Amino acid sequence: MAVVENLPSPSTERPIGFGRLKRKEDARFIRGKGTYLDDIELPGMVHGAVLRSPYAHARIVSIDTSAALAHPNVAAVVTAKDLETLGLAWMPTISYDTQAVLAGDKVRFQGQEVAFVIATDEYSANDALALIDVEYDPLPAVVNARKALDADAPLIRDDKSGQADNLASPTWEAGDERATERAFAEADHVVSRDMIYPRCHPAPLETCGIIADFNPETGQLDIYNGNQAPHAHRTVYAHVAGLAEHMIRIRCQDIGGGFGNKVPVYPGYVCAIAGSIVAGVPVKWVENRSENLMSTGFARDYIMRGEMCSKDGKITGLRVDAIADHGAFDSTAQPTKFPAGFFHIVCGSYDLQASHVKVKAVYSNKAPGGVAYRCSFRVTEAVYLVERMVDALALEMKADPIDLRMRSFIAAEQFPYETTTGWTYDSGEYAKTMDVAKKIAGYDDLRREQAEKRARGELMGIGVSFFTEGVGAGPRKHMDILGLAMNDGADLRVHPSGKAVVSISAQTQGQGHETTFAQIVAEELGIPPEDVEVRHGDTDKSPYGLGTYGSRSTPVSGGAVAVVSRKVRDKARMIAATMLETRPEDLAWEKGRWYVKGDPEKGAMIEDIAARAYSGEPMPADFEGGLDAQVIYDPPNLTYPYGAYIAVVDIDPDTGHVKVRRFIAVDDCGVRINPMVVDGQIHGGLAEGVGIALMELISFDEEGNCLNSSFMDYLIPTALECPDFELGETVTPCPHHPLGAKGVGESPTVGSPPAIVNAVIDALYEPHGVEHIDMPCTPARVWAAMQGRPEPPQ
Amino acid sequence: MDISTTVNGEQVSGEVEPRQLLVHFIRETLGLKGTHWGCDTSNCGACVVLMDGRPVKSCTVLTAMCEGHEIRTVESLEVDGELDPLQQGFHERHALQCGFCTPGMLMTARALLDENPDPTDQEIRTAISGAICRCTGYQNIVSAVRWAAEHESATKQEI
Repeated sequence: MAVVENLPSPSTERPIGFGRLKRKEDARFIRGKGTYLDDIELPGMVHGAVLRSPYAHARIVSIDTSAALAHPNVAAVVTAKDLETLGLAWMPTISYDTQAVLAGDKVRFQGQEVAFVIATDEYSANDALALIDVEYDPLPAVVNARKALDADAPLIRDDKSGQADNLASPTWEAGDERATERAFAEADHVVSRDMIYPRCHPAPLETCGIIADFNPETGQLDIYNGNQAPHAHRTVYAHVAGLAEHMIRIRCQDIGGGFGNKVPVYPGYVCAIAGSIVAGVPVKWVENRSENLMSTGFARDYIMRGEMCSKDGKITGLRVDAIADHGAFDSTAQPTKFPAGFFHIVCGSYDLQASHVKVKAVYSNKAPGGVAYRCSFRVTEAVYLVERMVDALALEMKADPIDLRMRSFIAAEQFPYETTTGWTYDSGEYAKTMDVAKKIAGYDDLRREQAEKRARGELMGIGVSFFTEGVGAGPRKHMDILGLAMNDGADLRVHPSGKAVVSISAQTQGQGHETTFAQIVAEELGIPPEDVEVRHGDTDKSPYGLGTYGSRSTPVSGGAVAVVSRKVRDKARMIAATMLETRPEDLAWEKGRWYVKGDPEKGAMIEDIAARAYSGEPMPADFEGGLDAQVIYDPPNLTYPYGAYIAVVDIDPDTGHVKVRRFIAVDDCGVRINPMVVDGQIHGGLAEGVGIALMELISFDEEGNCLNSSFMDYLIPTALECPDFELGETVTPCPHHPLGAKGVGESPTVGSPPAIVNAVIDALYEPHGVEHIDMPCTPARVWAAMQGRPEPPQ
Repeated sequence: MDISTTVNGEQVSGEVEPRQLLVHFIRETLGLKGTHWGCDTSNCGACVVLMDGRPVKSCTVLTAMCEGHEIRTVESLEVDGELDPLQQGFHERHALQCGFCTPGMLMTARALLDENPDPTDQEIRTAISGAICRCTGYQNIVSAVRWAAEHESATKQEI
């Protein structure tokens, strides 16, 4: 496998195409001229607000909206009864479950949508919420997934016929149970751990919102909504609202962060659409921060038991039993055939003899979701489990955690490698990447420093993780969401002047698509990236595709743009042959130009070919004219980026406060289109990983009250909690991606939490015997663990 | 109630609801959409503007409190087509991704550099610690503020 240490310096050697190109989209953002959802004003627009349940579980006895309706600025109050007449009281989720748009029979989580007020302005709409009188009959709530499985647990989904318990789906398995039993029977060392990947929240800085604008005269529904998958949303609205898909237009303006939170369709969206259809005016609804944290797609919430074994100093087997808490409605985002997402990638980066994974999914009285938060369909939970288990095994074996990983890695020559749970990893040279991280960290020096500090009673920890992710869903034959193949389209048109427009179905939320995708076209056609305009986020002006999440933009949409560029290049070859009065096969390509083999002086630039393509000059036989092409890209496999991360933490022995002093991240995401953007993605993902490991938690009390419903309680790292990240890279091209690229956006959030927790345990095991602390490793939890006390409850 | 204040150097007066938040006055009444709203609880800093040169979170300031004060928003940074060094620095150092926190970060950093033209990395981190960025991990923001500090002082020395 060819490994390129560093790509040639782009700015000097490759003025066109790939490289550290500064972003096009910055120009508007640095001036405060981005257009986010709430910045849009339409003539005659009214404002919506959602009344939410104060209870986690309660029957609705009555709803009295008369006082709210009497408010002078209120136009309408919508309840479940009104939606029933429109057939919109319930909507499908992206996991083939159903979810109440507005609660009619009972509420099933605190913050559930109960009524929707439409008023002339936002202040009045919120005033009117206080005037709605809802009588509730509270029911016992269950917020712990294990307790939800008890025989006497309250039944949450009594709306589903035949549902007698709180199981959300049948137990899902992967791997080979008997082979795994054999591996454990033959093992030298066996270790087990119970751990929780707690509920956390993507919490993009811009909350979710929508403007629905239905035109009763034309039947056209215009939607403005920052979402990560506009085409899929449109299809869902067509099905839910019974509207003609071609008469719906969704425009995603600038999006203030997504991280998976803006993948699903939320009840507020459906209410705004219904409101606009009924009222005939544009309806805007923007949730507040508490609504965002309490009701929209959360992440994780996996209770896991892992067992790992070794033989002859090498990891040989893994067994995992997990419970997935989906909340009140299963709206987990994942491909249809993968009910536990990609959790079974849990065998990680290791050449195992056998593994077996079981996942059970339950309902609880918590907000629905299970969306990503920078995670490719449960890969994050899987990587956390396996990387914590490797460290637990290393402790048991008294082995160095890097040495154990090195001995157990899938070797470079084993790729393509089929894992024991059925994934085919594309490429990797793991030991090399681990070595780079070790070198940057100065690992041996760190261990010496740790020993000296330990002797002085100081708590310093060094934590390692090595992750492999499967991203870029995905191949049509394996992956769909709601029956929609997870493919993406690209349309490319080179205008007569040689300037190009490429339309894509991926949707940026800050990833820099307007720059990166222009660079792909530039690289492939040899025209400057500033001459390529990238269009996205408008269903009327972009090809069908499933959008941006799961690190799929570069693997899928990037593939589409590369392929469509090559199609245009081939078309250009035909035209050039006519122009140069030769045969296409006699032409050779160099960046931006077809020339005659053996006579390089004789050639045609892309802009000359473009001018010709639209001209009245002679054309190749059967040629339709124009210089354009379109494709739908069906990736042959996922891409498998990986990385070696090392965290260095210092723990205050008096308070239990964990400080991440250093963080070394060596990522291999194949060929990097814009290394500056890639570094930025890694920085951001690492910060989110620091948050998840140390601060971020959505928790509930016994009655189901959400205890982290504002940024006062849901703690997000600031500049003071984040270290200067130390990045390194290796480049192992993806063998099946047209550009050799792999996804990267989620790698840092996937790989960093286990490195940090491993560092915390590394600091505490020897002096205090602490074997595990569940995230977030808050001062209270760390301090309690140091005293030998059980962790404070979630 | 009647209010009279200065926004980006221009005198503004009119009638507002006593409970109206400054962020809504700026966004809705004045139509300056560069100031964003992100959290309600003055934790995120997306709404930071300068009040008499000091950064305030406009989601927790009432419009009524601005009587007689001077407000500056992100729209004031670029003067006669010339970017503020901070705006330039954010572009140079890839200090923004989704752009939503950027106006608040820029105004927070503007207040820092006005008070301390040569801050250390740690001083920059402390100054922006009241503002959340979900995309960049802050490293490039710190670098951008340093870039601006260096270029600003270079310009000033030339003068």
